[in-house]
Amino acid sequence: MGLRGSKERPYLRKEGTKPLTLNTDKGMQRTEMAERPKVLRAAVNKILHHSVVDGPGNRAAVFFQGCNFHCAYCHNPETIAMCTSCGHCVEVCPAGALTLQNGKVRWQQELCCECDRCIHECAHLASPRTKDYTAGEIMEEIRKDLPFIRGLTVSGGECSMQRDFVVELFRLAKAEGLSTLMDSNGSYDYSKDEELLAVCDGVMLDIKAFDEEEHKKLTGQSREMVLKNAVYLAGCGKLEEIRTVVVPEFLSGEETVEKVGQMLEPYLKEQKIRYKIIAYRPFGVRVPYKETLRSPSAEELERCKEIAKSYGFSEVVVI
Amino acid sequence: MKQDICMAYCRTSGKEHPNMLNITDMKKDVESIITNTALTNEQAAMNLSAVPFNYVEFFETSSAFRELLEAGCVCTMTEGNATYCPRYTLPDYEKLMREGCRFLRLDPPKTLFEATQTLEMFYRHIPSVTHYPVYLGSVDKMLEPFMDDPYAYEILKSFLIFLDRTIPDSYCHMNLGPEATKAGEMIVEIQTELKNAIPSITLLYDPDITPDDFAAKCVTCALACAKPSFANHKAYQKIYRTPYGIASCYNALPIGGGSLTLSRIVLSRLAVRAKDSEHFLNDLLPHTVRVLCEYIEQKIRFLVERTHFFTSNFLVEEGFLKLENFTGMFGVVGMNECVNTLMEKEGCGDRYGYSEKADRLAQEIMEKMTQCVMNFESKYCDCTDHHFTIHAQVGIDVDYDISPGVRIRIGDELPLYEHLEHCAKMQPYFNSGVGDIFPFDETAKRNPAAVVDLIKGAFSKGMRYFSTYSDDCDVIRITGYLVKKSDIEKLDKGIRVQQANAMWGYGEVKNARIYERKVRNL
Ligand code: SF4
Ligand code: SF4
Repeated sequence: MGLRGSKERPYLRKEGTKPLTLNTDKGMQRTEMAERPKVLRAAVNKILHHSVVDGPGNRAAVFFQGCNFHCAYCHNPETIAMCTSCGHCVEVCPAGALTLQNGKVRWQQELCCECDRCIHECAHLASPRTKDYTAGEIMEEIRKDLPFIRGLTVSGGECSMQRDFVVELFRLAKAEGLSTLMDSNGSYDYSKDEELLAVCDGVMLDIKAFDEEEHKKLTGQSREMVLKNAVYLAGCGKLEEIRTVVVPEFLSGEETVEKVGQMLEPYLKEQKIRYKIIAYRPFGVRVPYKETLRSPSAEELERCKEIAKSYGFSEVVVI
Repeated sequence: MKQDICMAYCRTSGKEHPNMLNITDMKKDVESIITNTALTNEQAAMNLSAVPFNYVEFFETSSAFRELLEAGCVCTMTEGNATYCPRYTLPDYEKLMREGCRFLRLDPPKTLFEATQTLEMFYRHIPSVTHYPVYLGSVDKMLEPFMDDPYAYEILKSFLIFLDRTIPDSYCHMNLGPEATKAGEMIVEIQTELKNAIPSITLLYDPDITPDDFAAKCVTCALACAKPSFANHKAYQKIYRTPYGIASCYNALPIGGGSLTLSRIVLSRLAVRAKDSEHFLNDLLPHTVRVLCEYIEQKIRFLVERTHFFTSNFLVEEGFLKLENFTGMFGVVGMNECVNTLMEKEGCGDRYGYSEKADRLAQEIMEKMTQCVMNFESKYCDCTDHHFTIHAQVGIDVDYDISPGVRIRIGDELPLYEHLEHCAKMQPYFNSGVGDIFPFDETAKRNPAAVVDLIKGAFSKGMRYFSTYSDDCDVIRITGYLVKKSDIEKLDKGIRVQQANAMWGYGEVKNARIYERKVRNL
């Protein structure tokens, strides 16, 4: 890791900044400042330099902080909200890696022992271990990876909440010959954003539940936009993958796979769309859900796989 | 007891010096072979055939050479002085397919069954240092014209099983690619299913020619049974004037020829003698290279001028092998330990792979060595303009604390991309073979295309040869060759196994921490 000059910069957003809006950093005093009065910054939870599970081939992956869904089974719930700088984690950190400075939490990576106490203790579903980046800084961070990766995937949190930032980042990535993918919960209206789709090669879309009530129960949001996006993206050849997490009893996984299959069947004849069926695992999930949700059996997953296959998805992956 | 056998087999390896006509020692060597229950009859016979050459000399070596040999700074790779056939032969199999073979009374094959039979019979007569063929040819290309056979799958499967059971030595190497062919795809599919250690396979890989899905299929196979490896076809293609093949461990040599001999310089031991880097670079290295080149030349002249091979072997008589397509190999081991020793002598803690200074020294050593090797002219070795070719030797079973070629030592591996970059920096010095090994955990199996991306990146930067396996494979790569972990376990209990070089693997596992090699998780 190690971002050049990052130590002098504030790691975190200004207090009171809404998580959904984009940030301009008034503290920037670099040359970019002169050319570009408004430098977009986004809070990043993690950058992976190689990932084999975030799209085809070997890719770099950027995980943004902040999500507008609140899924019960989220296995990294600390990426959901933005830090309010309440200071609680500072007290529990055993390594002295967190301090409060000018009312904001500062994380010193070199002291951190990665014990995860801070994120377990945070009552706000946030993390003190994020860094603010510009798109250019992210590209610098992954420059050394370029020969070995074929693309860049943005994930989260929910990457579409950083729409302007993603457009800028993808432009830079394209200039380096990388393919660009978004891993999205589908809450954003892609049909109204030609500019984004011009630089985004595909969306890996979560369809968490086909049934409206189930979707609301799980995420707190309607599934309307998600389904609209699935059809729209398939229609313009930008639907890379559908993902469904199987949680027996809590969600009707088989029904979701079946309905999604019916909905996308017309497109599957002409294009390759992958279906990834993901087994719910309690790892990282927050209480009380951790105790109440159950992982599916191999047979339950196999049934979902067979359903997906019967509709002609190009590849059905169970993980 | 088992270790004794290895020692007998390696009597001239540099650790032990030739013990002229000492009948008592010779008797001991013979006895240790004929009483060893871990050897099959064939393995015992082959080990016995090597014994006399450890006790007699057919040409006079220089005192400077003997001194370096005794100190273990150079090593003659168990060949003995009276080598009577080239170490690595790469017969022109396409000629066999085209014209058949007079000596073996074989006509050009007309069907897939005939083609595999012809190869099986021909392989039986290919000599090399191991007494088995170290090169099986571009089998996919040879068999492709016959692939409309409705029994293709059965024939290829039994061909591959035949090779595994009758060539008990994984230095034997099949080549595939760079084009995807029906035969190549089927061979890879069958291997993935069979998971045999033999033969070794290399895909001659050129991302501009090899389709991505075939490359990914090869990775899937490698994650199941440690092969194929990937050779940088773009880079290797330019080295010789004639087509090359990958033989034995990963040796890139001209087809229709090969290498007459291989001796190696043990850099790590030479470094111990140095006062400092200057002394090493300007004094010890040039001296040792010259002395070793002279020895290699003596051996080549003995082989060419005084043994029967190039006058009467049918492979030469019929033109499957030609003297002008043979070279001599100058092997290198122990760069990692060498550089670390020299750095210590200079009073700095810089380590190979971890510091620019240490890596720069390694590059200087390679540049100086290349220059010194090029300064020596051989009477033979036409295909390499009368020079020997530099080879990153993978080590022998009795090596202790000597890393193969220019590899970073096991236990000191760098983060994945940095390690690949390091390979890209060091591998281009080696025209006749070099390589490194990257085991992955099982997540890679879900996305073999990701491993292809890594190979593409590394090759574009200059890396020459990439091997992989998965940590849950039975077949693993030791240094350059393949063995089954289950065979090593058997040898540990003194139970014999069919594969001859599993014994070498056993020694390496004991001495070179093979099981501790860093497994990469993606
Ligand atoms: S990460 Fe959570 S606990 Fe820590 S300061 Fe921010 S909101 Fe408070
Ligand atoms: S993981 Fe959090 S609590 Fe643990 S050392 Fe790092 S900052 Fe402190």
